[in-house]
Amino acid sequence: MANPIQYQYEKENLHRSEPNKYQPEHLKPEEMLINIGPQHPSTHGVLRLEVVVDGEIVVDVVPHLGYLHRCFEKHAESMPYNQTIPYIDRMDYLAAMNSEHAYVMGVERMLGIEKDIPPRVEYIRVLVAELNRLASHFVSIGTYAMDIGAYTPFLWMMRDREHIQRLLEWICGARMLYNYIWIGGLFYDLPVGFEERCQEFIRYLKPKLIELNQLVIENKIFVERTANVGVLPLDLAINYAISGPMLRGSGLKLDFRKVDNYSVYPELEFDIPVGEGLMGTTGDCWDRTYVRVQECYESVKIIEQCLERLQSDLKRTREFDPRAHVPKKIRPKKQDFYVRAENPRGELGFFFRADGRSDIPFRCKARSSCFVNLSVIAEISKGGMVADLIAILGSIDIVLGEVDR
Amino acid sequence: MCFENIVTLLIDKFGEGMLEGTDKDATPPIIQVAVKQIAAVCMELYENKQTYFDYLSCLTGIDNGPDAGTLEVVYHLYSIPYNVALGLKVQVPRNNKATDALPQVPTVSHIWRTADWHEREAYDVLGIHFTGHPDMRRILLPADWEGHPLRKDDQLQQKYHGIHVDYNTTDN
Repeated sequence: MANPIQYQYEKENLHRSEPNKYQPEHLKPEEMLINIGPQHPSTHGVLRLEVVVDGEIVVDVVPHLGYLHRCFEKHAESMPYNQTIPYIDRMDYLAAMNSEHAYVMGVERMLGIEKDIPPRVEYIRVLVAELNRLASHFVSIGTYAMDIGAYTPFLWMMRDREHIQRLLEWICGARMLYNYIWIGGLFYDLPVGFEERCQEFIRYLKPKLIELNQLVIENKIFVERTANVGVLPLDLAINYAISGPMLRGSGLKLDFRKVDNYSVYPELEFDIPVGEGLMGTTGDCWDRTYVRVQECYESVKIIEQCLERLQSDLKRTREFDPRAHVPKKIRPKKQDFYVRAENPRGELGFFFRADGRSDIPFRCKARSSCFVNLSVIAEISKGGMVADLIAILGSIDIVLGEVDR
Repeated sequence: MCFENIVTLLIDKFGEGMLEGTDKDATPPIIQVAVKQIAAVCMELYENKQTYFDYLSCLTGIDNGPDAGTLEVVYHLYSIPYNVALGLKVQVPRNNKATDALPQVPTVSHIWRTADWHEREAYDVLGIHFTGHPDMRRILLPADWEGHPLRKDDQLQQKYHGIHVDYNTTDN
């Protein structure tokens, strides 16, 4: 029997692709249309940029998305709430724990069981989410440094991220896509000895973060490439609904962990770093990277506090069952619900419409932070150099899995 | 400013005809607005110093199915200085046949420019045309895709550039 998934070769198929917005005959004589991507290392995935340039100056940028579109919303509205969690992992694959946490929180609030969750479960959730936030920022900073020509930071960051991945693999068996946080509980309790190993890792990491500071953000070449490049003024950022380190890089102290006080974040002490324009203008690429590096320190603080609680009053007991409150039947009452949480890349929101009659959401929309953050790229890269466009794209820190969903 | 005050403010400004219903059980609470006034209502909420909704968190298109015969657009606004969230909702009749014109909703992309891509996405997956939008093209799906896949009655096309789309029902 022939292969059912068969591609019929036709010569004209080779010449069909997503049509450009600009046509060559409508450009000015000095302008040129160039195409970056979809296979290009500095696009962090499959993103195509249609760029109109005048010599080396960028006139306009048109992003073409959808190369990694996997129909998340269609999947989510054809299967029960708990079965959607593996798909959530694959949206923002660098910060799967954080995305799971946001989704699970929304469903629990719709069911009205968020008060029943034991504090140990909530602390473990925050602990793994912050570990994942560290890992995500490491990739972001490392690949950003590589985009603009420094190879060493990438290797160093990947080395440190490897420890986090091994810790998380020890918890749930997977290195990147965890399916660990469940509605009403967790997949498993922490393995015995995890807290001590995690503390050891934190002790190891602290000097490395200082090295990171010296190696990347104080580096003269790095500063010259990023300071005063891609300046995003605060009013523009809010109008474009930018969130996460990108918004804080523009100088607004807005972090939904503090604003919404969700989970156990009100019991934890941490600061919100903001960009102050120390090396140039507030809101430039350097500020965004600076905020990410500072957030690593804050995540370390949160992890330390979580570990302290998990080893003292919320210690592991024989009777503790992380699945004790997992509901047998997930059927929220009829309602519209919007939940948002602070991911490493910004506000991750889920809009649910439950019809009250089935276990399947009537509509589930994911408000992806990268999708919204990427929409500002044309605005901040106009008038700059093509090399700066790559620096700006890296500083937005997109994950195409979340942009295209 | 609490939800009731916002409703009163909007009724004072635009009259009773603007309000088509409220949903206080939703999180955040939702006001249903007449479709032709949605852009003006958004502009008022954005500019009024007492409400100051400067941040459009999310814009969602919803298909209620061919039986209900309506499409909805839900806007989630957030006011950073007041820390207040609000939902707005419009309902438009659905075109049940592919040959009918797409339902029209006024754009809000001139107020919050983040709405630009959200509206393109709603157009792409649900087939809602936003009037006055500067650049109404598909965003996630290819430009020559047929149909709007998040419609409840959407049928997949048979072949796309010679590739079987629905690989379960094939003849070769």
